[in-house]
Amino acid sequence: MLAALLSEIPYWGQSLLRVLGGLVAVLLPAGTVVYLFLFKMMSFMQSRLGPMEAGPYGSMQLFAEVGKWLQKEDIVPDAAAPEARIFKLAPLIVLASTFLLVVVVPFGPDALFTNFETGIFYALAVSSVSVLGILIAGWSSANKYSLLGGLRAAGQLVAYELPMVLAVVGVVIQAGTMNLQQIVVAQNTGSIFGFDGVGNPYVITQFVAFIVFMIAVQAELTQTPFDMPIAESELVSGYMTEYSGFRFLIFFIGEFATAGVFSMIASILFLGGWGVPFSWFGWTTIDSIDNWMNVGGPLILFTKMLVLVFFIMWIRFSFPRFREDQLQRFAWKGLIPIALANIMLTAVLKVAF
Amino acid sequence: MLASDMLVAQNVGFFIIAAAMVVGALRVVTTRNVVHAALWLVVVLSGAAAQYVLLAAEFVAITQIMVYIGAVMVLFLFGTMLTRAQIGAEDNLNNAKSWIFGVPVAVLMLATLVIALNDGFGNEKLPMDAPVVNTQQVSDQIFGPYLLPFWALSFVLLAAAIGAIVLARRD
Repeated sequence: MLAALLSEIPYWGQSLLRVLGGLVAVLLPAGTVVYLFLFKMMSFMQSRLGPMEAGPYGSMQLFAEVGKWLQKEDIVPDAAAPEARIFKLAPLIVLASTFLLVVVVPFGPDALFTNFETGIFYALAVSSVSVLGILIAGWSSANKYSLLGGLRAAGQLVAYELPMVLAVVGVVIQAGTMNLQQIVVAQNTGSIFGFDGVGNPYVITQFVAFIVFMIAVQAELTQTPFDMPIAESELVSGYMTEYSGFRFLIFFIGEFATAGVFSMIASILFLGGWGVPFSWFGWTTIDSIDNWMNVGGPLILFTKMLVLVFFIMWIRFSFPRFREDQLQRFAWKGLIPIALANIMLTAVLKVAF
Repeated sequence: MLASDMLVAQNVGFFIIAAAMVVGALRVVTTRNVVHAALWLVVVLSGAAAQYVLLAAEFVAITQIMVYIGAVMVLFLFGTMLTRAQIGAEDNLNNAKSWIFGVPVAVLMLATLVIALNDGFGNEKLPMDAPVVNTQQVSDQIFGPYLLPFWALSFVLLAAAIGAIVLARRD
C-alpha cells in the first residue's frame, strides 16, 4: 500500500510533500473555480463571451490576472499608517484559515494530510478564525466603509456558523463519528433498506441538513445573496476597499479557495466524498481498497466539488442581495430552528433503527 | 532525571509556547490600544489551545479555538470597534491607580493557583503510556455521570441568553 511506501520517505520529505499537496489542494480549486465559474459561467449567464484573448478560450487569463496583481504597488493608506503591521497581517489570517481547513480533507484511502479523529469539528473551528482577519482588516483600513464592511461580515459569519454546525451534527449522529475519513467510509459501505447499489449518501437521509449547510456555506463565503459585507453599491467593497496588489489577491484567492474547500467538505459530508460505493468493486473495508483510488479518489472529490460550487455560483449570479435585518432573521428564525428539528428527528430515528 | 524519562520535544514545545503566552499576556495589559490588547489576547488563548494539543487533548484544544477565538474574541473586537476603537495609541487607556489594585490581585491569583495545583497534584506524574482519552470517551462522560452538571450549565447559559435579549429590547 501507499502508506508503506510513504514510511520510507524521511520526515522532512514527507513534510515537504504535504506542504506541496496543501498548496495544490488550495490553489487548484481556487483557479478552476475562478476560471470556470467567475469568468466563463457568469459571462454565459449574461450573454457574453468572457475572457477570450489569453490562451484558447481565455484559459490563460488567470495567469495574466495574477501577474497584473503582483506588479501593483502595495499601498497602505496614510490614515492607516499607525496600524500598518495589522493592516498587512489581516489578509494572511484569512488565507491561513483556508490552509488550516484543507488539512483535514481526505482525498483518497491513503491520500490525506492527517487522519484527524475530530476532523469535522476542527474544520468548523478553524473556519471561524477567518472572521478575525476580516474584522481587523476592516478596522485597520481607517475607513468607515471598510469598518462597516468588517462589522457586517463578523455579524453575518457568526450568525451563519451556528446553522452550519447544527447541520453537521445530523451527519455526525448518523455516521457515529466526527472523523471525515470514517464518514466517507460509512456512506459508501452503507445501504438503503438493504439496497447497496449507491451506498448511502447522506444527501438522501440528511437532505434538510444538506440544504441548511449549503445556505450557510453561501453566507460564510459572503457570496450574493449574502454579500452585505462587500455590498459594492453602498460600501465600495467593504473590508477589501483599501487593499491593493497582492494583498487584494490574497483576499481573492482566500475567498474562492474557501469556496472550493467548503464544497469539498460538503461533498464529503453529504455526497460520499472521494469514494465510490464499495460494493461495486467488492471492497468491504477501507483497507481492502485498491491503490488506484488514491488517484481516482481526488478526481471524484474534485468533480463533486465542482458540482457544488456550480450551485453556489448559480445562486450567486441569480439572486439579489438580502437586507441586513432579513439576513439575520433568516439565520436565527429560519435556519437554526430547522437545523435543530433535524437534529432531534435524526437522533430519534437513529435510536429507533 | 535521565533524558530518556523526559519527552524532550514536548518540553521544548511547552516552553516555547509558554514564553509566547507570557509575552502576549504582558502585552495585553501594557499595550496602548484596545484592539491590540484584544489581538494579544488571541495569542494567549491560541497558546492555551496549543498546550492542550501537547497534552493530547485535541477536543478541548479545538473547543478552545472555536469558542474563544471564533466567538468570544470576535465579539470583543466587534464591541470595541462599534464603540471606541481608534487607530493608533490612546493616552487615557492606562489608569495610574490601577497598579495599586492590579498587582495584589495578580499575586493573589498566582498564589491561589500554585497552592491549589501543588496541593492537588504535588509531584504526581502521569505514566508515559497513559491512555489517550478520545472524544467519544469525553462525550460518554458528559452525557453519562456528568449529565446533571451539564444541564445546570446549559440552564445558566440559557438564562444569560434570555437576560441579554431582555436587556437589549427597547419595548
